[in-house]
Amino acid sequence: MDILETLETLWNGSGFKSLFTGDGWKNIIMIAVSCVLLYLGIKKKFEPLLLVGIAFGCLLVNLSYFVGGDTADALYHLDLWDHFLDESHPDYHSYGAIMSHGGLLDILYIGVKAGVYPSLIFMGVGAMTDFGPLISNPKSLLLGAAAQMGVFMAFFGAVCLGFTGQEAASIGIIGGADGPTAIFLTTKLAPHLLGAIAIAAYSYMALIPLIQPFFMNLLTTEKERKIKMEQARTVSKTEKIIFPILVAMFVILLLPSTAPLVGCLMLGNLWRECGVTERLSDTVQNALMNIVTVFLGISVGATTAADRFLSPETIKIIVLGLAAFCFSTIGGLLVGKLMCKLSGGKINPLIGSAGVSAVPMAARVSQMEGQKANPSNFLLMHAMGPNVAGVIGSAIAAGFLLAVFK
Amino acid sequence: MFEKITLAAEAATEAATEASSKGDELSIGDAAITAIFGYAVVFFGLIILMAVLYCTGAYFKSKDEKAKKAAEAAKKSEPAAVEPAPAAEQKLAPGSAGHVKLFDVPDKEAAMIMAIVADKMQTPLNELHFISIKEVK
Repeated sequence: MDILETLETLWNGSGFKSLFTGDGWKNIIMIAVSCVLLYLGIKKKFEPLLLVGIAFGCLLVNLSYFVGGDTADALYHLDLWDHFLDESHPDYHSYGAIMSHGGLLDILYIGVKAGVYPSLIFMGVGAMTDFGPLISNPKSLLLGAAAQMGVFMAFFGAVCLGFTGQEAASIGIIGGADGPTAIFLTTKLAPHLLGAIAIAAYSYMALIPLIQPFFMNLLTTEKERKIKMEQARTVSKTEKIIFPILVAMFVILLLPSTAPLVGCLMLGNLWRECGVTERLSDTVQNALMNIVTVFLGISVGATTAADRFLSPETIKIIVLGLAAFCFSTIGGLLVGKLMCKLSGGKINPLIGSAGVSAVPMAARVSQMEGQKANPSNFLLMHAMGPNVAGVIGSAIAAGFLLAVFK
Repeated sequence: MFEKITLAAEAATEAATEASSKGDELSIGDAAITAIFGYAVVFFGLIILMAVLYCTGAYFKSKDEKAKKAAEAAKKSEPAAVEPAPAAEQKLAPGSAGHVKLFDVPDKEAAMIMAIVADKMQTPLNELHFISIKEVK
């Protein structure tokens, strides 16, 4: 055995060589980015359940996939997915090619690509959500609709910045503050932007307690923030059982493209409320949700290969994502103020900002700001109405964009 | 009115689908129409849903009221049972703000809830008067 030759072969096949030749510097930057994301997830607790997985997926792909290098052992192959989307390539829409040539993360990514993981996450969200506050106060739906303003403002802004309609739609949905919906829509319309959009969506969701209070204080008066809301009526069990069936029928008939998300959300909720499927409800809330979160995080992180992620588009997406969150908050608050005026001061406009669907973070922010103005103010349950309405609203917004741009 | 809405919907969908099928960029005008129309669709969808919820809510409310009235009527027709001494007549603990009625809530949990509320409101417990605590099922 020629030791020198063996060493040379090992060196030529190693990632270290690839890091320091050609475009390897891009991978070094992405490895640093993944470490920052890990820091944010672990130390700052920014949506850690997903961000830690995304960050580690980002680390893994940038340690194993080098453009122009040997990609045989890579965990995720950009070229395979390019072929998958290329109509002129023999592997167009061939999951078989992915299964036979792909790495671990390619195979896990199939669940994202097929829209399976986001829908299953929605099932878990449905099983964890109590729609009681929304049923007792249906006006909350208006706030959930108003808070989708950011989606369409960011969509418009993205078109102005030169993105195509499909890309702009995917960027806009960040304003829905709903990670699974953003991933679902982006996978369908602009999969090449998935990494940047998912990271922006989850990072800003974690930053809601920092983003929203500024606009809440700017757009509402002290007197409005002090408003105490009347206790909502008690919702019967039958109403809670009928609700998911009604919403599924109505929303899916209106926008069939929302069927995977709304269907799973409402099925999860029906399991929770019907009282005869506790085992299933428990499984989707916990075990299934955790398993899907593992796969979703790591495979979304894998799409952040240096070659695609390090581009001016990513910076534009980050900026547009922030604008989307801000406009969504503003939209909810403005309609909240309008409802406050129309109801003769019975509605605290702070609950409007909870219309962005980051459940329950946005509702908690409304509660905290309300209590700052008046320590005896309890807005949490009132804010949960718009909050869960926002989940339905963002699914409808995504369904609309999917129907128009697919 | 409805025709106008339909025409706007068609214009927005056509503009967007044309651009996306060609794979080129959407014009700013088309993007503005699509955005406004999309926002309107979200509102439309949720307003209709709100109307449906109000209808079902009204039905269940009226049903509850009927059940309540029937229960009250049945109660009146029954012979009066021996009632426990009214709360006001019971002796109050020193510093207490009054009695609290508990419905399906154990004493320990009620004490905990009252302590949390007092803490959140930053008000001494003996200055708060809890009328009743009921578990919402």
